[in-house]
Amino acid sequence: MDLLIFQAPILMVQASMDGILLGILFALIAYGMALQWGVMNIINIAQGDLVILGGYIAYFMYLYGIHPAWGVIVSPIIMYFVGIGIYKLVINKVVDRDLFISILATFGISILFMQLMNFAFGADVVLANSGYGTTMLFDNSVTLPNSKIFAAIISIIFAIGLVLYMKKSKLGRAIRATAQNARAAKILGVDTEKVYAATFGINAALCGVAGALISITFTIHPYMGLPYTIRSFMIVIVAGLGNLPGVAISGMGLGVFEEFADYILGTEFRIGSVFLLLVLILVYRRFKLAKKREYLK
Amino acid sequence: MNKIIKFALVLLSTLGLILGTASTSFSKVEGDKIILGAAVSLTGKYSSNGVHTQNGYNMAVERINSMGGVKVGGKTYKFDIIYYDDESNPKRAAQLAERLINQDGVEFMLGPYSSGLTKAMAPVTEKYGVPMVEANGASRSLFTKGYKYLFAVLAPANLYLDVAIRTAVELNGGKGVKIAQAFEQDAFSQDVRLGILDAAKETGSEIIIDDKLPKELNDMAATLAKVKATKPDVLVVSGHTKGALTAIRQIAEMKVDVPMLAMTHCDAAKLSKQHGKNAQYALCASQWHKTLTYKDKWFKDGMTYDKDFTKMFGYAPPYQAAESSAALLVFKDAFERANSFDQKKVRDALAATDMQTFYGNIKFAPGGQNVSKPMVLFQVMCDSSGKCENKVVAPLKWASAKLIHPIPKWSER
Repeated sequence: MDLLIFQAPILMVQASMDGILLGILFALIAYGMALQWGVMNIINIAQGDLVILGGYIAYFMYLYGIHPAWGVIVSPIIMYFVGIGIYKLVINKVVDRDLFISILATFGISILFMQLMNFAFGADVVLANSGYGTTMLFDNSVTLPNSKIFAAIISIIFAIGLVLYMKKSKLGRAIRATAQNARAAKILGVDTEKVYAATFGINAALCGVAGALISITFTIHPYMGLPYTIRSFMIVIVAGLGNLPGVAISGMGLGVFEEFADYILGTEFRIGSVFLLLVLILVYRRFKLAKKREYLK
Repeated sequence: MNKIIKFALVLLSTLGLILGTASTSFSKVEGDKIILGAAVSLTGKYSSNGVHTQNGYNMAVERINSMGGVKVGGKTYKFDIIYYDDESNPKRAAQLAERLINQDGVEFMLGPYSSGLTKAMAPVTEKYGVPMVEANGASRSLFTKGYKYLFAVLAPANLYLDVAIRTAVELNGGKGVKIAQAFEQDAFSQDVRLGILDAAKETGSEIIIDDKLPKELNDMAATLAKVKATKPDVLVVSGHTKGALTAIRQIAEMKVDVPMLAMTHCDAAKLSKQHGKNAQYALCASQWHKTLTYKDKWFKDGMTYDKDFTKMFGYAPPYQAAESSAALLVFKDAFERANSFDQKKVRDALAATDMQTFYGNIKFAPGGQNVSKPMVLFQVMCDSSGKCENKVVAPLKWASAKLIHPIPKWSER
């Protein structure tokens, strides 16, 4: 137990800002996961590996002298087609089966991606330098790396863009219809096969954006995908499926919660405390549901 | 039709597996060859350091063979190594040790990369009484289990950053300092931490932040914010390559001012290459540096080793390669002194090793660790054009530059 944060309250501001910026970025990944989970009923274990692959695209642009920030445009385009490719090769064969099979299939894809990336890019930890400076607040006692702010702004732009696309475009409406009732949508003339492929592609593209942002804010490594899968999974669980504003709020909330846990309990309990919160929320939900059932009786 | 193809595929892959695993059995010494076994990480998360390890071994084998080989019982022998890829996986490493010993008949082993994998293999080599000289497992726990057949040419992990704390205390006029530390939760980093705790206790220093970082660490912002608020004299970070890279990135981004920053794994992280001037002034623990003045007759000295290695493999040798080369020199020396290929005799000769190599002095403690080679600290120093170099600053005996202390504040850089 460390009470430093209460002795120096300015750290609370730092922790909250760090948490919110981090949370927004994670929310973007979780957003993609929620989308395809809702539409296709697939929990994508390879989510984090798609993020890392997107990061490598930005990293290679950086190596060839292009500013890695352009990765947020190039990476999603490439990743969209990677996503469609994965769908055509594997996912379309498991999309109507039960959840367990799809988890196994995406777990396999995850392992394959890790090994392929390790083979192609090597096992070194890499990062891309954006050269953005730092924003200092409150007489230099709160520091915010501009790359994190940039990452949060880009995430918000993509999220808003996607919400609008889902509402206004034909494909967006088809995706929403399929999510509500795939069979009914099919009967009414929606080509669900196409919708599924596009959904998986959009998810991969979002991962691509997030990956490019992670390469300029953190580090990337072929085996670092899993934590991103787990984080986004937790965000979706907390927010509930099909609740897109919920994803944003739960992303930020978890980010802040994590930072505070780090300060108060210590870094080693950071991830653990998030898991504990997850368990509490699930227990609470179950409790609430049970009550509702009793009421219905 | 589909079924037939599937069946054929299964049949073919089974055949492939059978043919792949059936290899001719080697014995320890065949004709004029001494065959050593090694499992190194050629794939998986340790593959870059695994390759450095293999290159180090190969370089030494080539050098020793071309300079006359090993003389035992009036006959000259050449070294040869059977390699397997352990996939950076401890379980696989233990299996491969069994395989090297039981199927390939290897009677002498070289170590894998990393403490974790060495820990997995040591019980196997110990069980069969196979002497193993390893160059890349520094965890203290390897040397407290009473292994009789394990020898490490490198200094144990708890000594990695010990020098840094002592130097800081010395600069503070002998008074204790305030230490902030962040270590990854793995065997190696935690051993480095224990070393710091010991050094702190002995010097009367106080540890004010003691964070344990997760294995998938990529964000140290919280730790660094605490450092900013508490203003320690020394910040110590150990978390393999990603720890070093993350720390430098975030220290620069958050403008954390600390008089001394000490880390491990900066060599492998190629700090200054990835971060340029932001990496300046960082102190890095290293097992070896090319400017050290140790000498031997095979590689001459560090500078020559550096040059020859670069010529052979196209990149400058990190210490992981140098210490791997040294392992072969130790084996050669022990074979010649034992004048026999009896495992027990070779083991006793290894235990009595007392030699100097280009990599450093080697003399094993009863636990198997090398106690006669101190760690060195180098500091990343950049010139005005932005070109950075690692210069040895401690211990003073080998210092090629003066330690810059305290580190200038970010506002003054």
